[in-house]
Amino acid sequence: MKKKFLSLGLIAALCGSLAACGSASGTTSSSTAAEATSGTTTTASGDAFKLGASGPLSGDASVYGIAVKNAAELAIDEINKKGGVQFELNFQDDQADTEAAVNAYNTLADWGMQVSLLTVTSGSGQSVSPLYKQDNIFAITPSGSSTAIIYQDAENNKNPYGNIFQMCFTDPNQGKASADYLSEHTDLGTKVGIIYRNDDNYSTGIYNTFVEEAKAKNLDIVSTGTFTKGATDFSVQIKQAKDAGADIVFLPIYYQPASLILQAAKNAGYTPTFFGCDGMDGILTQDNFDTSLAEGLYMLTPFSADATDEKTQSFVKAYKDKYGETPNQFAADAYDAVYALAQALGNSDVTPKSSTDDITAALIKQFTTMKFQGITAPGDITWNENGEVSKEPRAIVIKNGSYVSAE
Amino acid sequence: MQFLSYLISGLGLGSVYAIMALGYSMVYGIAKMLNFAHGDIIMVGAYVAFFAISGAGMPPAVAILLSVLVCTVLGVVIERLAYKPLREASSLAVLITAIGVSYFLENGALILWGADSKFFPSNIFPQGGITLGSLTISWLTIITIAACCIIMILLMLFVGRTNTGRAMRACSEDKGAATLMGINVNMIISLTFAIGSGLAAIAAVLLGATYPSISPTMGAMPGIKAFTAAVLGGIGSIPGAFVGGLLLGVIENLSKAYISQQLSDAIVFGVLIVILLIKPAGLLGRKVSEKV
Amino acid sequence: MKDLLKRNKNAAVSYSIVIVLFIVLSIMSGAGLLGRKYTALLVPVCCYIVAAIGLNMNVGISGELNLGQAGFMSLGAFTAVIVAGALNFHGVTAPALVMLICIVCGTVVAGFLGWLMSIPVLKLEGDYLAIVTLAFGQIIVNIINNIYLGIDENGLHFSFVNNTIQMQEDGNLLISGPMGATGVNTVSTFTAGFILVMISLIIVYHLMNSRNGRAIMACRDNRIAASTVGINAVAEKTLAFVVSAALGGAAGALYGMNYSSFAATKFDFNLSILILVYVVLGGLGNMTGTIIATTLLVVLPEVLRFLSIYRMLIYAIVLIVIMIVTNNQAIRLRLKNLRMKNGGRGKGKEVSGNG
Repeated sequence: MKKKFLSLGLIAALCGSLAACGSASGTTSSSTAAEATSGTTTTASGDAFKLGASGPLSGDASVYGIAVKNAAELAIDEINKKGGVQFELNFQDDQADTEAAVNAYNTLADWGMQVSLLTVTSGSGQSVSPLYKQDNIFAITPSGSSTAIIYQDAENNKNPYGNIFQMCFTDPNQGKASADYLSEHTDLGTKVGIIYRNDDNYSTGIYNTFVEEAKAKNLDIVSTGTFTKGATDFSVQIKQAKDAGADIVFLPIYYQPASLILQAAKNAGYTPTFFGCDGMDGILTQDNFDTSLAEGLYMLTPFSADATDEKTQSFVKAYKDKYGETPNQFAADAYDAVYALAQALGNSDVTPKSSTDDITAALIKQFTTMKFQGITAPGDITWNENGEVSKEPRAIVIKNGSYVSAE
Repeated sequence: MQFLSYLISGLGLGSVYAIMALGYSMVYGIAKMLNFAHGDIIMVGAYVAFFAISGAGMPPAVAILLSVLVCTVLGVVIERLAYKPLREASSLAVLITAIGVSYFLENGALILWGADSKFFPSNIFPQGGITLGSLTISWLTIITIAACCIIMILLMLFVGRTNTGRAMRACSEDKGAATLMGINVNMIISLTFAIGSGLAAIAAVLLGATYPSISPTMGAMPGIKAFTAAVLGGIGSIPGAFVGGLLLGVIENLSKAYISQQLSDAIVFGVLIVILLIKPAGLLGRKVSEKV
Repeated sequence: MKDLLKRNKNAAVSYSIVIVLFIVLSIMSGAGLLGRKYTALLVPVCCYIVAAIGLNMNVGISGELNLGQAGFMSLGAFTAVIVAGALNFHGVTAPALVMLICIVCGTVVAGFLGWLMSIPVLKLEGDYLAIVTLAFGQIIVNIINNIYLGIDENGLHFSFVNNTIQMQEDGNLLISGPMGATGVNTVSTFTAGFILVMISLIIVYHLMNSRNGRAIMACRDNRIAASTVGINAVAEKTLAFVVSAALGGAAGALYGMNYSSFAATKFDFNLSILILVYVVLGGLGNMTGTIIATTLLVVLPEVLRFLSIYRMLIYAIVLIVIMIVTNNQAIRLRLKNLRMKNGGRGKGKEVSGNG
């Protein structure tokens, strides 16, 4: 009998706590419970736009979420100091999980988010885009590169949401650009081997368009290898590429499995030219990485920490000073995304007191017409009305342990 | 020729699985619990070795010893704090607690050492290998298989011939009767975890040397593979873990090479199911009949 | 007789808890008291409760460790997506109808595959059975990750490993390999979740109190003795397995209709373990406990959001502590003595886990 009373008591307590939490986050944003405000960075003075975002702060992909969060905070600090547009950031942990991303979105919505960086990973982004559309909140994702983030019909690139933009290239665009680059630079090699991750959105997305464009450009693909999450042994894939005589190996994957592939290739005595996309960025800054493994590796990336232009250098220096490590392209895209938002908001006449609809409409108008100069492209960055970004990728090659422009 | 090459690389992969499975199987055989945190103890061992070599500049041998020491202590501490209070409870409760420990270690490592992957020093073991015609067997593979064999023989001798080993076997059969015989069951179980975790450290160093990218969640997949290998060979059986690990590595590589890489997970687990159907207690396991 | 009354009382308590919670939470969410975050958690909590009840059937009542419940959830979820896509394509869009059909289909598919799986699985015992269920879970995830499925006026188009489907202009791609299911019409509601929970409770309690249920529990307690009395252990355990799988499929169908996008990798080994944690924490064979534990553990990470990076660490510690406290006899004894000392006539006998 006691057990039953205990259970009922627990239930009452549960309801009570839910009610307490619920009512706290349901009322005015200034009195939000500790759970929401502890995620915020409040260096703003005066009225600030509420900028929300979610990303993996724990789990395997947390290196990317933390990079985006750090860069966003850095950008916001600088912007707030200048006066003018002010931001208040609330970065929630979504563990790169679709369910947690929806929970994170709802937390942010309860907090009163007005603009957003959407999510860091594509999988999470896909699941919250419809919610952003429903609530008509403007979002620009620094790194969610799947087309399903900006298009409702991802297969045919139709029915854009309209209020969701990307700072990064879409996966299909990277695949196409890579194939184009390889077909124009036949000095790198003529027989292409590919190793990609087949249970990952990003990797498969790039792979599919790469293969399509390769066919159109008559590139010779001699070997295709795949792997799944957590794989560490690539001896089979390397051997197949080697036996097929591939002199270029295309790696549309992230740098962590890429470094294992490079090691496996070295073990097998195989020295093709490796070619990667923006996920490859960060390979040199792995703790204790043997940079000789990556010698001669090419990549198409929006950002290079070794680029010599002033904007990049001051960003890298500021990031290093504040966080003690070199930023990668996730951080760079996040930095640019926040600055782009600041520019757009500054040029429009909405204020933090405006309605979300007004803010979103103003931002869409700004983004589709403005030109932005940032650190993730040498020239101007523009957007079309579907939310796709248009910027020139940089071709980078690794020489003597640092990123060098390959133009 | 190609087949042989894949076979050898499969043996290399399998030998790492085998060492991981040895620790797993040993702990299960004696303490009768599935230590799901085994993969994460491996992760800790890899990090300790990493910091010892690249951070403090210790010679590899010292670093390995340090790693073994830290893992052993960690294993015993975990056992005392989290598993001992549940000695009388159902094995399922211990399983869940092990999962809690696993989460704890992973997230602790994430906070302490950061999320970015680190590159394990590649100079611990001699590079290159023996070349026979067009086949290359790397030294690392040979060392791993040799280490595996040596450990297995030592373990079997220890458990089979020494007094402590006899005590361990007694505990695994009947804890109550063992206590009556004057065996300190707590000490034996702690010793089991200590040995299992020490083995995990050795597995860690070999794993790190073969696949040099280490991260806080690197223990998850090896944990599942080690469990699979141990069961494949017959859980609780030490030579079974050895055979199971090697077999798992070979099957994985061969299926990746000849059947399909996208479906290699499904194929490997499919083979596991088929083998278990033919031999329900694993390859070298003994089916213990229950007497009524 | 007393036993029968006690069992019916347990069922009554479960039902009343669920009904009370449903009414209270519906009112609160309707009056805007819950906030978006917790309102959005209502349906996932129902899904996990149903999946956990199903798993409890297997682990608690049948005594078999099943590490592949997430696989059944994924079967239910993707079946629901396919069926919903087909229905929508042919113009059937009424949410309640679509949801009903999808959940039924998901349940049937998962139940059928559960039956297929039980044939090899039940030949094994203990940890070997556990690992085969784990293997099946991994196989399902791996296969679904490689499926490309679309629908257009010519029917369903299927492609494996590579996307080679040719579809008409107005065709929809329902499952897109690693991208999973995208653009799903979200039709799940809390009411549907509540009804599903009630139905699963009714099914499980009915089964538990029936002849088959008693047979299953007899097999769990002592398989050899049960066989000597003429109980067909394999048949009974198959029944438990199929029910468990079917409930998992139903939960998955409800889950799949709640998110506009999800991939097969969501339903991996970690999710199976998570559901197992809910079951063990709630008490094996104890459905009320399962409901409470699941609700608490699904909501806990959200409540702990203010802990930022320490959140999962604290979650792990809380899990370990709760497991130790609820399972260690010494601590329980001390707590019970405390309770007795602080007044109240404590009953000397401890109610066992079947309460």
